[in-house]
Amino acid sequence: MACNGSGSGSGCQSNCYKNEEVVEAEASEWTKPAGTVTDPIANNLCIKCKLNYSISGYGGVDDGRFCADCFGSNLIGKFRFAVTSNAMISPTDKVLVAFSGGPSSRVALQFVNEMQLKAQKNYDASRDRSLPVFGVGVVFIDERSISPIPSHVIDTAIKDISLIVSNLAPPTKELHIVPIETIYSSSSNDGRDRLKKLVDAINDPTGKEDFLLHLRMLALQKIAAENGYNRLVLGSCTSRIACHVISGTAKGQGYSLSADIQYVDGRWEIPVVLPLRDCTIQEIKMFCRLDGLKTIELSNHHSGINGLVSSFVTLLQEENPSREYTIVRTAGKLIPFHFNGIPEIDDCNVPLATQRRQKRYNNLKPPESILSESFCPICNSPLNKSDILGLSNQGSCQKTTDTFFAACCSSCRFQILPRDLSSREHFYSILPQPMVARVKQGSCDNLSLLREQIQDCLLSDGEDET
Amino acid sequence: MEEADGKAKKAGGRLCCICNQRRAALKRPKTLEQICRECFYEVFEEEIHQVIVDNQLFRRGERIAIGASGGKDSTVLAYVLSELNRRHNYGLDLFLLSVDEGITGYRDDSLETVKRNEIQYGLPLKVVSYKDLYGWTMDEIVKMIGLKNNCTFCGVFRRQALDRGAALLKVDKVATGHNADDIAETVLLNILRGDIARLSRCTSITTGEDGPIPRCKPFKYTYEKEIVMYAYFKRLDYFSTECIYSPNAYRGFAREFIKDLERIRPRAILDIIKSGENFRISTTTKMPEQGICERCGYISSQKWCKACVLLEGLNRGLPKLGIGRSRGFNKDRKGRKENNGTSIESKQCGTLDF
Repeated sequence: MACNGSGSGSGCQSNCYKNEEVVEAEASEWTKPAGTVTDPIANNLCIKCKLNYSISGYGGVDDGRFCADCFGSNLIGKFRFAVTSNAMISPTDKVLVAFSGGPSSRVALQFVNEMQLKAQKNYDASRDRSLPVFGVGVVFIDERSISPIPSHVIDTAIKDISLIVSNLAPPTKELHIVPIETIYSSSSNDGRDRLKKLVDAINDPTGKEDFLLHLRMLALQKIAAENGYNRLVLGSCTSRIACHVISGTAKGQGYSLSADIQYVDGRWEIPVVLPLRDCTIQEIKMFCRLDGLKTIELSNHHSGINGLVSSFVTLLQEENPSREYTIVRTAGKLIPFHFNGIPEIDDCNVPLATQRRQKRYNNLKPPESILSESFCPICNSPLNKSDILGLSNQGSCQKTTDTFFAACCSSCRFQILPRDLSSREHFYSILPQPMVARVKQGSCDNLSLLREQIQDCLLSDGEDET
Repeated sequence: MEEADGKAKKAGGRLCCICNQRRAALKRPKTLEQICRECFYEVFEEEIHQVIVDNQLFRRGERIAIGASGGKDSTVLAYVLSELNRRHNYGLDLFLLSVDEGITGYRDDSLETVKRNEIQYGLPLKVVSYKDLYGWTMDEIVKMIGLKNNCTFCGVFRRQALDRGAALLKVDKVATGHNADDIAETVLLNILRGDIARLSRCTSITTGEDGPIPRCKPFKYTYEKEIVMYAYFKRLDYFSTECIYSPNAYRGFAREFIKDLERIRPRAILDIIKSGENFRISTTTKMPEQGICERCGYISSQKWCKACVLLEGLNRGLPKLGIGRSRGFNKDRKGRKENNGTSIESKQCGTLDF
């Protein structure tokens, strides 16, 4: 266990590119102790258990050092460490795993399941049964209405997914298969049309792809909220997050970047957690292979900037096996937002150990100011001061469309919103309600809400007194 | 790219979308607007003027050295700054400041270009050489240490050489030709390297205000492609060979990526800079304490400045000294100073005071 976190950590720290030689020197130092008596590396033995042959192909600085078993336990160790040290899951929780069928979410599902299994065993063994076992559900978002993937492929995928979920160890997990148009409350046919039009209105390929991501999150949130879940588990891994860091930077989202890459993202109604944040895609794929986990790749293709970034990061990772970690660690040094943590729990149901851990690892110092942050209604990213200034300059009582567009972050304004006015009106009119509502909750209405409360005491209707 | 070229050909007879009078001659790299040459000069120069005004880069009466390598960026900078100084009456005394690293077949040729610029733009030129300052040319250094890490020496030495040259010219500020592409690339490299301290500094338009001589980058938002375009249309005399010792694959990686991004979305370069400016980096991060090098009097956070450490290595025949993490070197020196203090020779720069 001890080498889980620290192993990868120390590997990353030697990652200074001022001088390759230093790195080389340290690397050789690293291997020295092993070479003293019996050299497990020379014998291809796992450096941890020194019993089995080591395997390679999972990338990173530890590639080729561990046997299959130790590799697997390291990986779940990283997962468990992320979960416990960030208080992602507590016994009373009901977590929803977002499952696309791909390797990352497959592994997330597997590990959540293993943790649940363990909790169940503890529960069965304990005399007082004071700690309940957390509940697990699985959701698959069916995007056939806006995706180029043929329907029959998706149907097969759904069949496979149902099989995967039903074959998981008990307790049984509820599987929600939900069409993406669920974000519209109206009838599904109407919703599908509106969604298609909405997506077609976006010209920029990168913008379109990012918008789909935002829609998917809306759908996930909706399902989670409707079914009483209180955590949403995503399979975002180090590699994915590293790509997001670079592409977010290239899209001018530097300010909000730190919100997206933390273990916990509590700006949503149902907090989102990323327990695979410290695992790379190479490790995850290796785990799937070793454990014979079936995965379904529906679409792995990124377009525009996202595609460029993903091939760039892959290239960098090949050149240096800890590059992705370094990227995520750099971004991890940016100051997170106040919502990037599970609020401290004083619930007596929560094991003391968890509470202590949370105190220890929760690096979220009380933020400089928990001013009510404003968020972009499209991507829900926190807005920078300069963006907000632009908003107030627009004046507070304009047309709702204008208010909406002024409330968006500059990145969404550029890559998602239509340029000309008439298509903007149309775009606004077919946006799903939750996005539109975000602005209504925002600054403009704040004032009228306040006004409503003091309405009876005001003598004139105008606002000119102020 | 091909697609874009095709479009441009089709629109051959189109009018400039700024003045609507002359025929469009080029597609502006930053915005992809089709404009005429005259309007290009105008927006190019006025954007730089706006950056200078908005960021208060210069004050009336200041003496400004332009770091001049003879390459496109610094040549265009020298040209544009002297032009804007005249046009908008900045009231600046401009100088050209070149560093002669002593690289045969590269710097000697580019210095010729700078000397021609001196005459063309009527700006006085000062050349400081590594040989004079440190007693070594880059050619000699490379002969000793090989092609690995030679850029570390060159970079450290140049930084100090520029400051020393600026001190000799008694200027208030140094303007360098770093362009938007350079800065975007630096932001990216600092992310890839995990260098949060540099990441927070690298987008500042003025740096070193606490040091002896501040530096500024008037081209912070100017695209490299537009600089090339400007130099090309204005037929500016510049030197375009790469340093013979520089082929650096790593920087090349990031550079290529930036160019690819620009192809997909020209605005991405500005967006990267914007991200760099907006990153939430704690301002309370401990910064190295600014002190003075005990040997040469240059600013240094350590007992000795980096240049002195490197130079010491060269002179003692231990060129690895000070390369990479110089962990402990300065501390070690405290103990050893007494015995070794006298064996240190050369480096005349101790005579220059700040």
